[in-house]
Order: sequence, then C-alpha cells, then structure tokens
Amino acid sequence: MKRGAPERLIDENGRRVDGRLPDEMRPLRVEAGVLKNADGSAYVELGNNKVLAAVYGPREPMPRHEALPDRAILKCRYSMLPFSVAERKSPQPSRREIELSKVIREALAPAVFLNEYPRTSIEVYIHILEADGGTRTASIIAGSVALADAGIAMRDLVAAIAVGKIGNVLVLDINGIEDQYGDGDMPIAMMPQRGEITLLQADGVFTPQEIEEALRLAQKAFQKIYAEQVRALKTKYESVKEVEE
Amino acid sequence: MTIHVKDRQIVAPGEFVGEQGRFRVEGQVFRVGRKYYSKVLGVVTVDEENRVVKVIPLKGKYFPVEGHIVVGKVVDIGFTSWEVDINSPYVAVLPVSEVTSRPVTISRNELSRILDVGDLILAKIVSFDLSKDPVLTIKESRLGKIPRGTLVEIPPQKVPRVIGRRGSMVSMIEDLLGVKLIVGQNGRIVVVGDDPQRVEIAVLAVRKIEAEAHTTGLTDRIKQFIEERLRS
Repeated sequence: MKRGAPERLIDENGRRVDGRLPDEMRPLRVEAGVLKNADGSAYVELGNNKVLAAVYGPREPMPRHEALPDRAILKCRYSMLPFSVAERKSPQPSRREIELSKVIREALAPAVFLNEYPRTSIEVYIHILEADGGTRTASIIAGSVALADAGIAMRDLVAAIAVGKIGNVLVLDINGIEDQYGDGDMPIAMMPQRGEITLLQADGVFTPQEIEEALRLAQKAFQKIYAEQVRALKTKYESVKEVEE
Repeated sequence: MTIHVKDRQIVAPGEFVGEQGRFRVEGQVFRVGRKYYSKVLGVVTVDEENRVVKVIPLKGKYFPVEGHIVVGKVVDIGFTSWEVDINSPYVAVLPVSEVTSRPVTISRNELSRILDVGDLILAKIVSFDLSKDPVLTIKESRLGKIPRGTLVEIPPQKVPRVIGRRGSMVSMIEDLLGVKLIVGQNGRIVVVGDDPQRVEIAVLAVRKIEAEAHTTGLTDRIKQFIEERLRS
C-alpha cells in the first residue's frame, strides 16, 4: 500500500507534513538493557521507527576460522520484521538489508576498541519492529547503546541522523513520506564527543554549501541524541542507587 | 590530574574523566593528548588519599589474568588435555601434566576417569596472552575438582564486592550461614553447604550483591538481609 503523494511537503507556514519545522527532529526515546538474555541491548523510538538491538560478545567466533589474530570481528545483522512496513515484507534478507548491515557495521566499528578483544567476535543484531524513514540512523543509535550496555570498550557512542532536502530547503530527520517524495537524503553518523564522522551517505543532489549546512544542522541533533543515549545508559544504574539510599 | 567527576559517578564511553596532573588515572580509560576519557559504561572511584581515579566497568566478559583462581566447567576431553569453559571468550586448556604427576596411559577413557565433561573445577591460570588460549593448573593444594555445591554466575566485575575488603563479605556470609563459598575471579561462585535452605539464602545474598554492587554500605545491608531471612 503506497500512501498517495501529498500535495506539498512544506506548507506556506514552513511546516512539514507532520507539523515539524525544517530544523526539528522527531521525538527520540532510548532505553538500555531491555533484554535479559543478551549481553547488551537497547530499544529506540525515533518518531514512528521502533528498533530493537541486541549485542552478544565478545565471544568465541562461529565459525572459528573467521577469527582474526589481532582484533575482534564485528558482525551486524540488520533485519526488518515482516510487519514493520505497511505491506508485509518477506522475511528473507533483501539486498537492501544486507547493504544496511554493512553500512551500520562500518558506522559502529570506529567507535569500538576491537584490538582489545583479539580472536573474538562481537555480534550486533538489529530488528526493525516498525519502519518510517530513517531506520538506519535509528539502528546506529540503538546499536551503539547496546554495545555500551554490554560493557564493551568504546571510544565514544555513535549518534546518527539524516538530513533531507525538499525543493531547496534542508530539513532535519526526514520521515517516510519525505524520503519517498523529497529531493534528497543524507544520513550522517558521528561520534559526538570526538567530533569524528563515521558515516556519510547521500542520495539526491547537494551543493557544497548545502553539505556544510547539512552538517551544521546535524550537529545540533547529535548533542541531543548523545544526551538521550547517555541518559538511557545511566538511569538503569542510578535508579538502583536511589532506591537504596 | 584535574578531575571532572565525583566519587561513585557513573560514566558512559567517551565521557571526559579528567586531565593529566595531580591524580593518577587507572582502569578502563584512554588518553587523547593530556585528557582521559572513559572506555566503558562504568563507575568512577576517587581515592583522595592516594590520588588515584579509577574507572571500573559495570558489566562485561571475563578476561583471564595469570595467577587468577577461577571456577571452570569441563566441556571437552582431548587426548592429552581437557577443554574448560571459564566464562570467557577464550576456552581454557588443562593439560594432563597440570593435573597429575603420575604418568597416564594416553587414552580418552583414562582422562574421563579423572575429570569428566560437566565437572566443576577450581583452577589457577598459569599462562595467558591474547594470542594463545589460557592454560590452567590444578596442581596446588586447594585446587581441584569441586564435588558438590550450587553454582551462581555473576559479572566478573562484581567479584571484588562479593569478596569484600580483605574477604570481609565472604567470611560474614560463611559465618552467618555456616556454608562455604568458593569464589572464582571469573564470576562463578559455588556455594557448598549441608542445609539447602541456608545455601539458598547464600545464593540470594550473592544475587543481591550483584544487583547493588555499585552502591555503598553493602556489607551492612547484606548482613541485615541474611538475618531477616534466617528468622523467617
């Protein structure tokens, strides 16, 4: 079921289809440690996106010959559940899911001290429970929180957000409709404390000025996302403390 | 160093801990220039007296260290060695030479008569570096097979709290309940006792320590907890 194209993506007041201003992101909710059996886990809601991430490891790699002598291997599996989209998706991994698994792995890998865990594997499983544009950025947010929750040594958390383009206007954190009918989409992932970009993709046409502007726009969002990620990780332990004192 | 954190504060990976200077920084941290950042989700302890700041992880896997005493589970029998699961990403090896000084006729049958799959052992790590699997020994007086007991697994980072300062927590639990605790540094604890009820209380006490390891005044609360349980 394809939702019909809206007449305009931005109205005369400068509001977008869901009422946001161009530089506003969707509400973000992060929870850490939601799964008991995984070593680390996280649940993320970014607007209508619902993402669950689970981390196992460091553990013995399967198959064993894949182990690297000097560092851990990081595995990511991104998968969309059949009911995550309007029309049932086949559970078989699609070309897109395989690609996103790679992209997410490469966005998370620079943040992890892989050389501290030689001959092991660290596995990140990401499931999209509901998708509405920007699942890869929500997945990176969830994946990095789950890694930290597993107690894995990291340089920094990874925050991610997409900047879109509608006509000549840059908009922050595009949703499903804007992604389908807009003119551009640029997902960016970054280690906010280190100031290092780990993922930068784009489809559509962006001028050099627009890319700079997009990075500035994303920068504000990163601080917000990072604060929410840290809050999620800490509240789990601080709540125990409060009860006891 | 100039510290930017308080005692008992929880830090996230990448969080600024302090700058090089008056204090020494230890534990799970990394340095960029003169600044120290936390590597893990952990708790900070500030020791004003010795001027040490330490970041201790809240969770994580066990990493073998030479000299550690661990509780292992035999998972496989080879021709001249056993494979032992020590709750770590690396499977440990226990060679025959580290078990018995008598010569053993090499056969699988013989080895399983000494230690079989599923047996629990208390062992010491004799060697480990990240390129080789850890090697164990049980050729020391208190090491060897653990014939009976109840196994509790907790994150290895919380073992120091179970032991307490100079073993205070362990001895308190042992004295109050009349059980014996075999504590492995890999987070495996075996409770040995004759009264199943008291063993159960000891297990619950260890679980309580696990849940509240990052708080202060734990010994008193555990004592209270055990006494309450004993009365009911």
